[in-house]
Amino acid sequence: MKEKSIVLDQETVSRSLVRMAHEIIEKNKGVGNICLVGIRTRGVFIANRLAENIKKIEGRDVPAGTLDITLYRDDLTLIAYQPVVHKTEIDFDISGKDVVLVDDVLYSGRTIRCALDALIDLGRPNTIQLAVLIDRGHRELPIRPDYVGKNIPTAKDETVQVRLAETDGKDEVVIMEKNG
Amino acid sequence: MAEPAVWTKKDLLGLEYLSAEEIKFILDTADSFKEVTTREIKKVPALRGKTVVNLFYEPSTRTRISFELAAKRLSADVINIAAETSSIKKGETLIDTGRNIEALKADIIVMRHNYSGSANMLARHLNMSVVNAGDGWHEHPTQALLDIFTLREKLGNIEGREVTIVGDIAHSRVARSNIWGLTKLGVRVTVCAPKMLIPVGIEAMGVSVSNNIDEALKDADAVNVLRMQFERDEQGAFPKQMEYFKKFGITEERLRKAKPELIVMHPGPINRGIEMSSEVADCPQSVILDQVTNGIAVRMAALFLVSQARDIKNENPH
Repeated sequence: MKEKSIVLDQETVSRSLVRMAHEIIEKNKGVGNICLVGIRTRGVFIANRLAENIKKIEGRDVPAGTLDITLYRDDLTLIAYQPVVHKTEIDFDISGKDVVLVDDVLYSGRTIRCALDALIDLGRPNTIQLAVLIDRGHRELPIRPDYVGKNIPTAKDETVQVRLAETDGKDEVVIMEKNG
Repeated sequence: MAEPAVWTKKDLLGLEYLSAEEIKFILDTADSFKEVTTREIKKVPALRGKTVVNLFYEPSTRTRISFELAAKRLSADVINIAAETSSIKKGETLIDTGRNIEALKADIIVMRHNYSGSANMLARHLNMSVVNAGDGWHEHPTQALLDIFTLREKLGNIEGREVTIVGDIAHSRVARSNIWGLTKLGVRVTVCAPKMLIPVGIEAMGVSVSNNIDEALKDADAVNVLRMQFERDEQGAFPKQMEYFKKFGITEERLRKAKPELIVMHPGPINRGIEMSSEVADCPQSVILDQVTNGIAVRMAALFLVSQARDIKNENPH
């Protein structure tokens, strides 16, 4: 794989996350009943940044947790590499809450399907909303996001890499294409 | 946790056959499963559609229930076979029994057997996974893993710590598995028992030997007290129960002479007043019931990992 183009840089990632924070507040008429749940790995950092932005805007903390979906995958026996099971760390009750599920890239929708199963095993939220930094299309399930950083039309043989300062040293979103 | 880690073993037969990294990988995975066991809905779909067969040739309640709960919390289907009530009584060999279970398209056999090495032999003859739930005097890997998991939970880093194992070392698969696991992880192990219950040459496994319980407890961070298996004493080599308690039983008086934070472990079932006094079994330093709780998380990890085993040479998973 080689880099085809950089679609978001540090500044545009940051602006997108500020706008998404505003949208979350607006749609829910405040943040009193909101909690954020990031999907490992990069969804967690994006959820934390949204929580920071919300705090700057509204002046109050919203709880943020971490969801590990490994045990809920429907392709455990199909994938060649072996996923490592990590902990789900959600130290608040999601029952009755408006849960904003956060991930970096929305693609087939299968990760979100697992995450919905995992969340519902933890309690009965009032609503579950979906926030993603990138929507690259090619859905295989009837799932749509509520908050999108950027829509990026892609070919199926391309991949989208979200790089974040926390894991990759800097913020950027890159489209990768197959060599030749 | 190191990534990408790959678990390559279809069976869990003993800690002798695992590297320190593999042991830590099971314990780290178990740590994630422990969170699942604290939820209101204690169930995840990871082994949905898989079948686990508990094949028990020796009576066992706690280990079988622990494996059964672990499998059920992973959404596997579970079948229990107790040898006394099955066709095994009609003279079927172990390998034939295993092949029949495999032909039924079950995925994992969890076996307890009174012959040392039986789990290894079964695993060699089957493509399905075999998890050893105790074979003769050989190994009981998940018991040792849950003991070490509990130690890590209480002590943090266990490298360089000291663990004393007291009791019938000679006939104990729990002792053997613990010795393999603990020494691989850099824990200093002392075994303590009457002379006739310590196998000749056990020092070769990297342990110190003591026949004096007070000395063996002096520097210990944890003591793992084994059950005296009087039912196995065919040659009359065991001391009398009262004599054993007097010389090796863990009492409050002996605890006062040890480190104040000494952790007391026991794989159960406890013979109160033989291996330890009733007060010690219930004292704040006792983590015996934590061990039981942790056993489920450790067995969930073991079942999950063997079912996910990947052949690194073969790109296609099985």
